[in-house]
Amino acid sequence: MNNESMRVHDGLLPDAAPISFIFNERKYTARVGDTLASALLANGQKLVGRSFKYHRPRGIFSAGPEEPSALVELRTGAHREPNTRATVTEVFAGLEASSQNHIGPLGFDVMAINDALSTFLSAGFYYKTFMWPKAFWEKLYEPIIRAAAGLGKLSVQEDPDTYEKGFLHTDLLIIGAGPAGLSAALAAGRAGVKVLLVDEDFLPGGRLNLERFDIDGQSSAQWASNAMAELTTLPNVRVLTRTTVYGVYDHGIYGALERVSDHLPTGSHDKPRQILWRIYAKRSLLCSGATERSIAFGNNDRPGIMLAGAARAYLNRFGVSPGKQIAVFTNNDDGWRTAVDFQAAGVEVTAVIDTRSIAPPVDINVPVFMGNRVCDTAGRLALHSVTLTSGETIYCDCLAVSGGWSPNVHLTCHQRARPIWDDTLAAFVPGTDLPAEMQVAGAVNGDMDLASALNAGHQSALSILKNTGNNAKIPPAPQANAESSRITAFWQVPDCLGRAWIDLQNDVTTKDLQLSHREGFRSVEHAKRYTTLGMATDQGKTSNVLGLAVMADIAGQTIPQTGTTIFRPPYTPIPIGALAGRSRGKHFRPTRLPPSHNWASTQGGSFVEVGAWLRAQWFTQAGETHWRQSVDREVLQTRKSVGYCDVTTLGKIDVQGRDAAQFLDKVYANTFSTLKVGRVRYGLMLREDGFVMDDGTTARLAEHHFLMTTTTANAVSVFRHMEFCRQCLWPTLDVHLVSATEQWAQYAIAGPNSRRLLEALVDEPFDISNEGFPFMECATLTVCNGTPARLFRISFSGELAFELAVPARYGHALMDALAEHGKAFDAVPYGLEALGVMRIEKGHAAGNELNGQTTAANLGLGRMVSAAKDCIGKTLSTRPALNTNDANQLVGFIPVDSQQSLRAGAHFIDEGAPLTLASDQGWMTSVAYSPSLQTSIGLGFIRHGQERMGDQVLASSPLHNEQIAVTIVSPHFVDPQGERLRA
Amino acid sequence: MLINHPQLGPRDAAEFVYLGDASLMHRPDAQSPTAAEEFHDYLHLRDNPAGVHRELWYHEQGDRAWLIVTRNTLTHEITNVQMARDVALAEQQGHVAS
Repeated sequence: MNNESMRVHDGLLPDAAPISFIFNERKYTARVGDTLASALLANGQKLVGRSFKYHRPRGIFSAGPEEPSALVELRTGAHREPNTRATVTEVFAGLEASSQNHIGPLGFDVMAINDALSTFLSAGFYYKTFMWPKAFWEKLYEPIIRAAAGLGKLSVQEDPDTYEKGFLHTDLLIIGAGPAGLSAALAAGRAGVKVLLVDEDFLPGGRLNLERFDIDGQSSAQWASNAMAELTTLPNVRVLTRTTVYGVYDHGIYGALERVSDHLPTGSHDKPRQILWRIYAKRSLLCSGATERSIAFGNNDRPGIMLAGAARAYLNRFGVSPGKQIAVFTNNDDGWRTAVDFQAAGVEVTAVIDTRSIAPPVDINVPVFMGNRVCDTAGRLALHSVTLTSGETIYCDCLAVSGGWSPNVHLTCHQRARPIWDDTLAAFVPGTDLPAEMQVAGAVNGDMDLASALNAGHQSALSILKNTGNNAKIPPAPQANAESSRITAFWQVPDCLGRAWIDLQNDVTTKDLQLSHREGFRSVEHAKRYTTLGMATDQGKTSNVLGLAVMADIAGQTIPQTGTTIFRPPYTPIPIGALAGRSRGKHFRPTRLPPSHNWASTQGGSFVEVGAWLRAQWFTQAGETHWRQSVDREVLQTRKSVGYCDVTTLGKIDVQGRDAAQFLDKVYANTFSTLKVGRVRYGLMLREDGFVMDDGTTARLAEHHFLMTTTTANAVSVFRHMEFCRQCLWPTLDVHLVSATEQWAQYAIAGPNSRRLLEALVDEPFDISNEGFPFMECATLTVCNGTPARLFRISFSGELAFELAVPARYGHALMDALAEHGKAFDAVPYGLEALGVMRIEKGHAAGNELNGQTTAANLGLGRMVSAAKDCIGKTLSTRPALNTNDANQLVGFIPVDSQQSLRAGAHFIDEGAPLTLASDQGWMTSVAYSPSLQTSIGLGFIRHGQERMGDQVLASSPLHNEQIAVTIVSPHFVDPQGERLRA
Repeated sequence: MLINHPQLGPRDAAEFVYLGDASLMHRPDAQSPTAAEEFHDYLHLRDNPAGVHRELWYHEQGDRAWLIVTRNTLTHEITNVQMARDVALAEQQGHVAS
C-alpha cells in the first residue's frame, strides 16, 4: 500500500504538493503538517517496530508524546537519533527514518524467538536465569542480553549538532495551549499580563485540533487558530511551540526544551538543533491535559490496536484512517466519539464494545455490545479480528481502545506532591500541595469536558488578575457545549488466554505483575523496578495507572492504597546534548592563559592543564627528542647561568586596611605584623582542624598594604576562606581583599646571573645589588624605561632569584625583553617541569606534600605555628594525635642504585618487613630526575625521618611489583645551607 | 533555587557556593580552658535539621558576600537572607555591649 491511500479527507492539512520521506529505505509521500506516525498510517504502514523484550510486532499506539511503541531511528550517520517517537516527529522532505530493534527485516525478526521463549523471560529473569556460573555473567550473559535488549542504536559518533541554553523571565507561564491554556492566555494576555505560553506540539490547540467541537460558533480547530493569531499580536505574550516544559524546580524555575530545527532538513539552516530554556516564572498555570490509557486483554499489543482518542486524532487532524474496519472497545462515553467520528467520515465501524451494562450512550447504527469485552485478538503482523468474551468474532484492522483518561499530573508532583485518586473520573488528579505559585486548569485538573476546560482556564486567569491587582476589563470566557465523559472503571479482562500487555514499551504483562506480587515485590516502587513497568522513554504515560490498578486488584487493595510511584523530571526525554549546550570540548570550561602564553607557543613550549590554566611544561629546542632532554637542559642552565619562568598563575591577593597585619596574623600560622615594610615572608596557612591548607609568600608593600600569594590550585578556595574570616569571624577588622591574580604578570628569574640580567631591565636609580636589595626584600619600581613593576627577591629554585611583576598587559613584552637581554647569559625559559625538579632538589613542599593530610610538624615547619597568638587551626593543631613522637617527617630519598627511578606513591617499609599496612612507614610524595645530582631523587614522609638520616628502607609499590632500596637524606639536595639564594 | 540577595536582589543559586550551618560563624575563644573541646564541637558537630536551617552561602560569582540563608531543607523555601557580616557585627557588638 502506498500513495496515502488511507487518507480519507484533508483533516486540518492543506492539500498542497506532497513531500516525500523514507522509512526503512522505502520512499513514501506525506503532507506538510503530518507527523511521521500519521504519514505512515496514511500509507497503510501499520507495523513500525519490534518490542523491547519479546520482539513482538508493534504499531502506532497513540498520537502524542505518550507513545510507547512507535519508536524509530531518525536520520543517518552522526545525526542518527534512536528511540524517537514517530507520533511527535514532524515529517519534512527527505526525512529518513527506520524501525529498530530487529535483526533481519522488520516483518521477519529472528529475535522474535524470544516471544516463543517468553516463559523463561518473565520479570526479573536475568536475576534468576543467568546467575551461574558467576564468571559467565561479565563475559557471556551480559553482552548477549545487552545486544538483544535495548531499542535503537547510537551512532557512536560525536553529536554534530549545536545546542543552546536560554533564560526567560515571565510573570505568568502557561504550560499547554489546549482549551484551558488558550482560554487562560487570551484572558491574561488581553489584560496586559506578561505571559509565556508554551506548547509541545507544532500546531498549538491540543485536543481542539483533534475533535469536531464548536466554540463560539466556529470549529474548535479554527477557534484555536484564531486565538493563536491574536496572541501573537500581543506584545506582552510570547508563544513557544515545539517546546516541552519538562521539569519544575525550586522557586518558580522551570526547565523547557525547544526543538528549534528538528523539523528541518539537516544542512538547510544555521539554527541550533534545540534550546534548553530555564524559565523564571512568578506564577504558572498548568494546562497539560490528559492522556488516555488502555485496557488489559489478551494479545492487546498487535499493530492496529491503538488508543481511541488517538484513532480519532489521526482522522480529524490528519484526515487519516488507521484502518478500513474500525472497532471500538471502551469503558466510557468518550470512546464512543471515535465510533461516531469514523462513521461520519465514511469509514466502516464494525462494532462498539462497552464494558458497561448500561444503555448505549449514543444512538449509532453499528453493532453494539454492551457489558461485553474483548478477550483476544488475531493477526500476526497486523490486527484482523478480535474475539469477545461472549464468543463473537469481530473483524477489524483497527481496534480503538479507551480505558479512560489520566490527567497529566506529572509537573504538579515534581516538588514531591502526591496526586489524589478521584473515583468519579477513575483517575488521579493533582493534590493540594502544588509547587509554589502553580495553578492547574482543564483536563489536568479533572475538567474533562470542553466547556469546563475553557471556563477553568479563563477563571484561573481571572484569579491571577485579581491577586495581582489587575483590573482590566476582558471579554467573557469562550462558550462550548459540555460533552459527556462518564466512565465506569474497568482495567483488565479476566481469564484471557493470551498475555495481556500493560506496558508496551517494556513488554510488561499482567502476568509479570502477578509474579512480582508472588515474589514479594509488592510496593509500587519495588514492582516498578522488578518488572520495569513505567520505565524508559515514555515513563509509563499510558501504562502506569493501568498497572497500579492491576496491582491493586492482585493485592485486593484500592488504588489509593496502592499509591503511585514518584514523578520526577524530565517529563519527556531530554537529549544529553541539550543539557550540555555549548559546554562541550574546549568550551566545557574556560581556558586560562598566562600572559606569556603566546610568546611561549612560539618558543617550542609544550603545555599542560593546571586547573583551568594552560602552563608551559618545557620548551623543546632543535635536536631534542625527549622531554627529559629539554627539562634537564633548562634545570642545568638555570643553575649554571639564569632561567626565567612564568609564575603568574600563583594566586595573588591584595590585602589592605588598618588591620591588615592583624588579619594576616589570624589567618596565617606565623606572624606578619612584625614584618617590616619592604620585606617578604613565607607564610603557612592552616585549616581550622590543624592541617596545612596552603602556603606562599607575602610582601608588605606599605604599612597597611600586603600582597600575599597562594598556590595555583588553592587560589580560589583560599580567597573564599579569607573572605569568610573577614566577613563572618572578624567583621570589626578594617581589612579588604581583592584578587589580583590576573592583574599582574609575574615571572621568576633564577640563577647566578639573574641579578645581572635584571640590571639590564630595572630603571635608575633602583639598586639591585645584594646590599641594596637583599634576600626577602620587595620593592615597587619601574623597568624597561618606565613600566610600573614590583620586584620580590624570593627563590623557589634555591638559586639567587627574583620574581618580577608587571601589569598583565606588559607580560608578553617583558618576556621579549627577558629573552633579548638574556642572550648575553645564554638564559633559558623554563617550564613547569623544570620548576618542579628544582623545587624538589631544594626540598620545598608543594601540592603533593600539602595534600590536606599533613601538619606543619610533618613538614618540618612546626616552629612556624606561633605560640604568641591565636590563628585559624592553632588550637586543633595541638591535638595529641597530631603531635606524636613517631609522626611522619618530610625528608629526602635517593636510590641506593643510582640507575633506578623512584616512584611517587611508593610506601616505605623496613627491609625484610612484610608488605602489610602494619609495616607501613610513610610514603613518597614527589620524585624527579635531578640533572644536578644525576640521580633520581624523591621527597616523602617517613616516621622519625629526621633521626634516620642515612638509613636504608624499601620504597615499595606492590601495584608495580617493585621494591627499590632508598637512602634517607636531607630534603635539601642542592645548596642545603642556602648560600646561593643569599648571594 | 533563587536566593534573594539583600543588596543584589534575586540571584540564581548557581552563582553561590554553599558552606553549611551558620554556627560556623561562632568560632570559639582560643583562650578558653576548654578550647580544644569547644573547637572540636565547633568544627565537627552540626545540626542537620529536617526543616528550617540557617546556613552560609558565598556569592562567589557575584559580589563575594557571605550570606546567611534561612532555608527549609524539606521544601527549599527560603524565608530570610542576611548579610553575614551585618549579623556578625551585630552579634559581636551586642556581646561587647553586654
